[in-house]
Amino acid sequence: MSTEPPLLQTKGIRDGLLITCDQAAWPDLVTALINQVEGQPSFYRGARLALDVGASALRVADLSDLRDKLSDRGISLWAVLSESPLTERTAQNLGLATRLSKPRQPEVRQAEDEIPAEAAKWVKGPLRSGAKVTHEGSVVVLGDVNPGAEVVAGGSVIVWGRLRGVVHAGAGGDEKAVVCALELAPTQLRIAGEIAVSPKKQGKNQPEVARLKEGQLVAEPWES
Amino acid sequence: MTAKVVTVTSGKGGVGKTTSVANIATALAARGQKVTCIDADIGLRNLDVVMGLENRIVYDLVDIVEGRCRLKQAMIRDKRLPELYLIPAAQTRDKTAVSPSDMVRLCDELRPEVDWILIDSPAGIERGFKNSIAAADKVLVMTNPDVSAVRDADRVIGLLEAEEKGPASLVINRINQVMVKRGDMLSVEDVLDLLAIDLIGIVPEDENVLVASNKGQPLVLDSKSKAGQAFQNIARRLMGENVPFLDLDSTGLWQRLLGRK
Repeated sequence: MSTEPPLLQTKGIRDGLLITCDQAAWPDLVTALINQVEGQPSFYRGARLALDVGASALRVADLSDLRDKLSDRGISLWAVLSESPLTERTAQNLGLATRLSKPRQPEVRQAEDEIPAEAAKWVKGPLRSGAKVTHEGSVVVLGDVNPGAEVVAGGSVIVWGRLRGVVHAGAGGDEKAVVCALELAPTQLRIAGEIAVSPKKQGKNQPEVARLKEGQLVAEPWES
Repeated sequence: MTAKVVTVTSGKGGVGKTTSVANIATALAARGQKVTCIDADIGLRNLDVVMGLENRIVYDLVDIVEGRCRLKQAMIRDKRLPELYLIPAAQTRDKTAVSPSDMVRLCDELRPEVDWILIDSPAGIERGFKNSIAAADKVLVMTNPDVSAVRDADRVIGLLEAEEKGPASLVINRINQVMVKRGDMLSVEDVLDLLAIDLIGIVPEDENVLVASNKGQPLVLDSKSKAGQAFQNIARRLMGENVPFLDLDSTGLWQRLLGRK
């Protein structure tokens, strides 16, 4: 057993510990990791752990299982680094970080590396209470944005559905940004530095566009 | 037998999780199913009271997890139905006494023995909630027709989707058709419109629910109560039957409810 090359390399980083996994089957890696942790419980207890899993494609069940196992042993898994897009998405779904350099506090704006800032981000709805979408460029939501959800975009926000959460377009100060929705009834609407609360609805709902006109937020029917 | 693990959760407190678990479990057991309820609300246990079993508790969930007793020793048999059991929560500990993997292990041990495992989740979205859903095959999200309960349900549904525990089913509890008609209460349609998940039950407001809970006798055993029927229907739908939703508009219902003491 002890002659096998180690599957895992541990090193200290600014944010806690980083463990890099070799290419191996996921159950073997989990076993190796748990063994390693249980070998030195006092070293690992209370640790903040980032895990680099290489190209392994992991599903939610894999990661949440590992997260729970680690949390049983007093270790908080806060980040999972991977080259696999599936694993990255899984980690994001579980609220884990996927980059080490990412600022710890959820900053409002963060540059997307691969996508130019102008490109729109597509999000499939519904965005439920507690969900937050942040993007440098514009954001397109296919579905509803429910109360308690938040969309923050550097550019415009387009909602193909009911917009009832909080929305901030032109978060970087772009006063030309607009917000449009099939039903525009946000809890709060912000464009650049202006904030408005939507008036109580009367009459029938129709698609609307909100934009800044001479420093005032105005909503008008969405017609091209 | 391979049990199906059903967790009842809501985010917000006081919407009727515990009452529903007691009633749905009783309804399933009355239909000949073998059922075990687990109270996951450690530190604030209630399910034992609602089921009228509090004076029989010797061992609890934490005793099983910490190895002070065997699983079977902590299972309390119901007074009325021989195939209904309760694993009570500990009252003197807190949610951290149990971990999600403990719950998965416990349910796996129990699965071959019964048809249904019903887990009563605590309010909130923290450790107790995570414990409750860890082993779930199906999650029922409870809500009341009010804005804050619906928003919390929405948050919980989002969390369940992130954990790939979906698709969850919705139970709308304590609906008062008179208030809905006056426009003072959200309607079933309003709630479904926002939450956009499958509906598995609509339970009308009924003061007898409170009376029954205080007595420790699940209402579902009373065939005259509309709320009891609604819980019966949820149990039948869980078993795969296609049951139409109750007609809440019949005026007779309200006269009867108001007339009954």
